[in-house]
Amino acid sequence: MAARLKVHVDPDKCQGHARCKALAPELFELDEYGNAHEVGDGTVPPGLEDKAWLAKSNCPEIAIDVIEE
Amino acid sequence: MSDVSQPVAHPPVTDWINDFDHTDPQWTNDPFPIWEELRAASPVVHTERFLGCYMPTTYEAVREIANDTEHFSSRRIIVRDVRPEVARNAAPPITSDPPVHKPAKQLLLPPFTPDAMKKLEPRMRAICNELIDGFIADGKVDAAARYAKYIPVRAIAHMLGIPESDSDLFINWIHMILEVGIKDETKLLEAVHEMSDYFRAHIEERRSKPTNDLISYLMNAKDKEGQPLEESHVLGSLRLLLIAGIDTTWSAIGSSLWHLARTPADRERLIAEPELIPTAVEELLRAYSPVTMAREVVKETTVSGCPVKAGNMVLLSFPAANRDPKMFPDADKVVIDRRENRHAAFGLGIHRCVGSNLARMEMQVALEEWLKRIPDFRLDPGGTVTWSQGTVRGPRQLPFLLGKAM
Repeated sequence: MAARLKVHVDPDKCQGHARCKALAPELFELDEYGNAHEVGDGTVPPGLEDKAWLAKSNCPEIAIDVIEE
Repeated sequence: MSDVSQPVAHPPVTDWINDFDHTDPQWTNDPFPIWEELRAASPVVHTERFLGCYMPTTYEAVREIANDTEHFSSRRIIVRDVRPEVARNAAPPITSDPPVHKPAKQLLLPPFTPDAMKKLEPRMRAICNELIDGFIADGKVDAAARYAKYIPVRAIAHMLGIPESDSDLFINWIHMILEVGIKDETKLLEAVHEMSDYFRAHIEERRSKPTNDLISYLMNAKDKEGQPLEESHVLGSLRLLLIAGIDTTWSAIGSSLWHLARTPADRERLIAEPELIPTAVEELLRAYSPVTMAREVVKETTVSGCPVKAGNMVLLSFPAANRDPKMFPDADKVVIDRRENRHAAFGLGIHRCVGSNLARMEMQVALEEWLKRIPDFRLDPGGTVTWSQGTVRGPRQLPFLLGKAM
């Protein structure tokens, strides 16, 4: 069975580029200032793994972690 | 008036590594080979011009400086021939350092979120189509002067609640501040004063008749003590929004169209797969990043192992960082569907461009509407493409022939 993924945004590193929200809106949301955080506890639903990695690899601040559980 | 100096012509550069100059015509016309040469020499290079200035040449060195607000101040953000006293022309938060920066930035962020931009999108599409209506029948157009330029200027005018018909006034101020002002302090100050007077009049109007726009938003904003902002802060931020929002996106849209005019394969692909346009916009932002920022070294330190001394400026070239092959495979190629793209076109760290979501929306809409109506276009061999000089790079004259080549 494939590993389950979780995403996490480091709020101290996020500067609100909003790339994650554009690329993986199912996994990330923005606050009133446009800074990102993961949806819920960050669990990546099956089928959205690629989007999790895509968001990570497009974050200019390297603020996103993808954790394999 | 000791800090008001007459403009001085710069001698042409012959030794780029020890004497670089971002206002040299060679840099203006084709900076990419210069950056490659500088990068091969050192992660940080220095020039005695501009009263002493460093330039980081790698993505890593640019990131280090952008994230180091202790040694690098934003109190001066344009590399110029003169160093007038700071604060007089401050435009918070872009000219602010911590701890003042964060509250000033947070004031500006809510009106520029992606959701806020979605509400503006229909107006942007209408603006693009009105502009296209104005020249499509002619079979030729200067796409910088008649299309790219007016999209951001009308967008920001719309958001600020000032007449879109004042566009040419704003464009002239920006030219004076960002291009002429590098060497001519008097012209820069004139433009700053005119802008402040202009906004003061609009603020005055809104005291009796409040409106639902960014000027009223800033007039009613409270600082962290719950007090209204000082007028100088409101004016500074308004000047910033107008200056930062215009020739930047104008340049990005212009460069994107310039690329598409010369690259039919990319153009055809975006017409066949319009859903690829947002990805393409990121790549065009990377390859043709318009904005170079600056910092002032306030405390001696090292960057990527290179010593830097206080009192020098730093030319913070996000465009050069975005061409670093260590960070981007095929960095000098436009890969229109590039999947991994941590480009720094909107800066890195706390000064990330407050208008990045606006700029992205404008670029997407501008390309979508153009390609829908003008799928075929090419550079006019009878015309000349010219590029802006200095801090913001983009085509200022972009002559196109429209329609299929005969």
